[in-house]
Amino acid sequence: MPELTLARGPVFFYPAPMTQTPQTGTPALKEGFAEMFKGGVIMDVVTPEQARIAEAAGATAVMALERVPADIRKDGGVARMSDPRLIKEIMAAVTIPVMAKVRIGHVMEARILEAIGVDFIDESEVLTPADDQFHILKSDFRVPFVCGAKNLGEALRRVGEGASMIRTKGEAGTGNVVEAVRHARTVLGEIRALQARPAEELMTVARDLQAPYHLVQYVHAHGKLPVVNFAAGGVATPADAALMMHLGLDGVFVGSGIFKSSDPERRARAIVQAVTHWQNPALLAEISEDLGAPMTGINIDSLIPEDRLAGRGW
Amino acid sequence: MVKEAVSRQRPAASPIGVLALQGAFREHRQMLETLGAAVREVRLPADLAGLSGLILPGGESTTMARLMDDSALWEPVRDFHAAGGALWGTCAGAILLAREVEGAPPQFGGRQRSLGLIDLTVRRNAFGRQVDSFEVPLSVRGLAAPFPAVFIRAPAFSRVGEGAEVLASHAGIPVLARQGRVLASAFHPELTADSRLHRLFLELVGEGVPVS
Repeated sequence: MPELTLARGPVFFYPAPMTQTPQTGTPALKEGFAEMFKGGVIMDVVTPEQARIAEAAGATAVMALERVPADIRKDGGVARMSDPRLIKEIMAAVTIPVMAKVRIGHVMEARILEAIGVDFIDESEVLTPADDQFHILKSDFRVPFVCGAKNLGEALRRVGEGASMIRTKGEAGTGNVVEAVRHARTVLGEIRALQARPAEELMTVARDLQAPYHLVQYVHAHGKLPVVNFAAGGVATPADAALMMHLGLDGVFVGSGIFKSSDPERRARAIVQAVTHWQNPALLAEISEDLGAPMTGINIDSLIPEDRLAGRGW
Repeated sequence: MVKEAVSRQRPAASPIGVLALQGAFREHRQMLETLGAAVREVRLPADLAGLSGLILPGGESTTMARLMDDSALWEPVRDFHAAGGALWGTCAGAILLAREVEGAPPQFGGRQRSLGLIDLTVRRNAFGRQVDSFEVPLSVRGLAAPFPAVFIRAPAFSRVGEGAEVLASHAGIPVLARQGRVLASAFHPELTADSRLHRLFLELVGEGVPVS
C-alpha cells in the first residue's frame, strides 16, 4: 500500500530535501499543535480574570468570547465574533494558548482573528452562521482551526477543508452531556464500521458519508480521525469529562459548565484532574466531592428544533 | 538492527515511563514501542517503580505542573533521578525539567515550579505564538544528517549552566541540551517519523543504573 499518499495526521513524513528556511503554518505544525492539547481541558472565558482562573486551574487553553453559550442561548439575536479588544486583553492576561470563535463561513472574521495572533480558531455553530452553504477554506490560513461534527462524514468534510482538530458539537450551553455522547458514539461507531469494510467498498462508503475519498482511506487504514478529536457541548461535571474520555475522545472543551457553576475555580481544577485520571474511579470520587452546584442545565427534549445549535453546519 | 542494539543495552524487564498527565504522551509511547522498548504511562508516584527512564512530553507546562502538584509527583521524580533514572523532556517537558523558568504567568508571581534536574533557564513561548511556530532542519551534535525539528509555541534555553552541554541551536539559541542522564529539547521529535533522538535517549537510559 502506498503509505505516503495517506500520510496525514499525527505522524509526519518529510519529503527530502527539506528547505533550510523555517516553514510556518504547515499542516504538521497546525495538527501537531492540536496534539499538544490532548488529555487537557479547554475552557470558555469571557474576561481576563476568568482566563487567569482557568490558567491557574490547569486549562490547556482558553476560548475567549463575549458570552458563554448558555447566555447566547438566553439572549437570542445574532451571535458574532467577539470584540478583538476583549480577545487581545485575554491573550495578554495568560501564557497558555488562546482560541476564539468565528461564525460558520465568515472568512473575514477568521482573517481578523489571524491578524491579531489568536492561536486557534473555532468555526463554531454556537455563533449565528454567516454562510448557509459553505464553510471556510481553512487550509488557506496559517492559524489552525477546530470545527464541530455530529458524524464521521461531517468530521471528514471539515478536515478536507483544512480543520486541524475536530470536536463533537454536543448541544452547547445546556449543561446536558447527552448530545455530546450521541455525537461521539456516532463518529467513533462509524469509524469502527468503516474499518470492517473491504478496500473495494470505500468509494461507495465515501459517497454515502459525503466525505473525501482519501480521508475515508486514511480512517480505514488507521482506525481514527486524521486529527485530534475532542468532546464539546454539554460537559458540566468531572464525571461528564471522564465519560467523554472513556468513549475514546482526546480531551474536552468546557463552555458554560465552569463559570456558570457556583465555584468555578474548584470545578475547573476538578475537571482538569478528571481528564487525566479518568481510568481511576476511586480518584474520580475524591475529585468530584464538594464542588458546589453545577450549572442548572436544560433538558434537550424541551428545546424546539430552531433552538438546537448542532443542526448548523453543512 | 536498531531493535537488536536497543535490546542489548536495556533488558526488557525495565520499562521506560512516559508522563501521561496531559499532552502528546501517546506519540512518545508509539515511538519507543517501535524501537522495541516496554513503556508504562505515569500518572501517580507509584507508577515510577521499576522504571529506568522517564519522558516528559509536550503539552501545556502550566497544566502539567498543576497536575504534578495534585498527584504529589515532584519529589518522587527527583528521587527517581537521584536513584539513577534517565529523563528527557520535550517542549513543555523541558520546562518541567529546568532549573529556572522564565515567562511564567504573572499571576504566579512570575514563578513556575520545576524539577531543577538540568542546569538551564528555559524561557516559555520564546519564539512567539502559534502563528510563529515553525519547522526547520536542525544540525545536532552527533547526528550525521539534520533532524526535522518541529517547534510549536516552543521554549528556548536562555541560560545554559556549566554542567549542561548544548547539542543543538537554532538561530544561535540553544534548543537541545544534555546534562548527564537528563536530556531537554525545545522541539517535538515525537511528532516526526525520525527516531534518532529516541534512540539517543535509550542509550542514556542504558548508561544509568536501573531503579530497583
